[in-house]
Amino acid sequence: MTPQIEVRNLSKAYTIQHDVASYGVLRDQLSSLLRHPLRTARGRTHETEEIWALHDLSFDLEQGEVLGLIGRNGSGKSTVLKILSRIVTPTAGRAVLRGKVASLLEVGTGFHAELSGRENIYLNGAILGLSRRDIASRFDQIVDFSEVEKFLDTPVKFYSSGMYVRLAFAVAAHLEPDVLIVDEVLSVGDAAFQRKSLGKMSEVAGEGRTVLFVSHSADSVLALCTRGIHLSEGRMVAEGTAFEALESYRKELDAVEEATVERPRGPTRGARITHIHVENESGETPRLHQSREPLVFVLDAQVEPEYQHTPLNVAFGVETETGMRVLTAQSSWTDTDVSAPDGMVTVRCELPNPPLVSGRYFVSAWFGTMHDLLHSALHAVAFEIAPADVDAFLHPPRDSSHGPVDVDFVFHVGADRRREVGPASARGPYGVGEYRP
Amino acid sequence: METVIVPGRRRSTFRSVWAHRELFYFFAWRDFKIRYKQTAIGAGWAIFQPILLMVVFTLFFNKVAGISSPSGHYPIFAFTGLLFWNLFGSAMQVASNSLVGNQAVVTKVYFPRLIAPLSATFVALIDFACAGLVYIALMIYYQVTPGLMGVALIIPMLAITWLAAAGLGTWLAAVNVKYRDVRQILPFFIQALMFVTPVIYALSFVPERFREFVYINPMAGVITAMRAELIHQGTVAWSGVAISAAVAAILFALGLLYFERTESRIADII
Repeated sequence: MTPQIEVRNLSKAYTIQHDVASYGVLRDQLSSLLRHPLRTARGRTHETEEIWALHDLSFDLEQGEVLGLIGRNGSGKSTVLKILSRIVTPTAGRAVLRGKVASLLEVGTGFHAELSGRENIYLNGAILGLSRRDIASRFDQIVDFSEVEKFLDTPVKFYSSGMYVRLAFAVAAHLEPDVLIVDEVLSVGDAAFQRKSLGKMSEVAGEGRTVLFVSHSADSVLALCTRGIHLSEGRMVAEGTAFEALESYRKELDAVEEATVERPRGPTRGARITHIHVENESGETPRLHQSREPLVFVLDAQVEPEYQHTPLNVAFGVETETGMRVLTAQSSWTDTDVSAPDGMVTVRCELPNPPLVSGRYFVSAWFGTMHDLLHSALHAVAFEIAPADVDAFLHPPRDSSHGPVDVDFVFHVGADRRREVGPASARGPYGVGEYRP
Repeated sequence: METVIVPGRRRSTFRSVWAHRELFYFFAWRDFKIRYKQTAIGAGWAIFQPILLMVVFTLFFNKVAGISSPSGHYPIFAFTGLLFWNLFGSAMQVASNSLVGNQAVVTKVYFPRLIAPLSATFVALIDFACAGLVYIALMIYYQVTPGLMGVALIIPMLAITWLAAAGLGTWLAAVNVKYRDVRQILPFFIQALMFVTPVIYALSFVPERFREFVYINPMAGVITAMRAELIHQGTVAWSGVAISAAVAAILFALGLLYFERTESRIADII
């Protein structure tokens, strides 16, 4: 049988121009032409750099298979989807897709805030490739699925974000293609709707459609996919069952614990993050950190002469294992002056009492001027927060499935709000007012 | 059905545009729907804008500066010019902003990109139709009986206007993806172009030896022909109109050609 999707040696290179923004301003090109008349007028100078977002990817997908593409940010997953959706052209290689293809890189593409729900169903349907007749025949199902029937003639700008997402997903869920290309769309909406969307997705998969699915979420990849591919830095590092691909992905994430950024990821210009690590208050790097005890992110960077007298900006971001951003700390939000007069700088960012529940977290860092990003190190280091020390017999363990933040809370029982159980200052893994036997 | 993806240029062939004709319709319909949303008088603006311009032009150019029409009333003379000029100017402007304006869609969904600038021009046609109603009212008020030849020429003249505007607009849409300067300079360019086009003055205002060259501007041919045949003001050289038509067709072809050449890189750099 001929496979439904055939991908052969697919590659994509992006040309990054270092001085000129990706859309140049004519003036810049004119003035550089005047200053360097001997260079070509096309602006192709040594300032450009090729970045291979995807390198030599090949795979076949038979009808009815559901393939999960996994990898860290910047691993090339989205590039694969964009090429197969025909949004961008590949630099080399070839792909053949057989049958009607629908791609869903975003829910609600082309939704217009001023148009009503009804109008947006038609517009979005047309953008996703449905004919007017198709939309009309599925209209009632779409409305049923979206649960926004009462507001069909209200402009969507008055919708809550939940309603908006439900309506958008409802259109997408009724495309009925042979090949469906989906990017992380399940990570939207409330939990109940996510379950419903996941159900709809597995229904789609069960109908013998071929699905290509990109996700950060290990759970949904395991739940939906029959096969998996793990991408890293644009190359395929593992192919097999969804489980095998996830194992390989986990290994990559574990290796991240290595604190030094050996190979800078992504383009750099003018500065380079050379090292990142996470330590505690006393400068040690323990295997486990405790929740609400000081965490310190330390970054070393080299700065080229041109930026040595410019005010700099450093940001750290913390993400959970499933790719959810928990917090961002940025030096420009504080009064800290960061500069690197002698070309080297070490920046420490202390979180005095991060309220994180137990689990693994990834730290990304961004380094730049006040206006431009010079270098980023995504998911550069990981750290782990120890499980809360509670009696597991009496209490169900608290972990990231209960949400990533560990805040104080107080329960009041009865109508009288002064009748607290437990002192307000006490703090335990269950917050104030916990039950102590 | 088989989709083959290979490197290299990808073009909006007429077949692929035709296959996506419903999207063409939906884009035009959306632009029309949102054009006058949250305005108190809605599509009334399509009528008021040319009327206001006509009043201003009549006051300043006719009464103060003393520019007059060859024969008959100046307001209807000016309105004939404005009617077609506005179609040209606004079609070119909306087309040139169409890709950048649809950025969210362009980077998330595939469709033949040519649909964006071409469908955008239809909003300008709707405005033209609204202003056309005012034009009919003016004819009744000034008791002008339109010439039969003029009525027959409306569609061909519309076609010339559209070809020129869509050609330039398509070209500018592709340039705008890379150089956002287009958006800044275009309103000025349209304004300047209006003064070298016989919109507020008659072609006879131009010295005899330059008149032939004026027809290189497609809008000069369109406006002069419409004035001569529809409201009997002035005369038109048909050889000049032929030049205008040819230039419009060339602009359209060049615009499409340039667009096709850059099309496959649009989503990479927008």
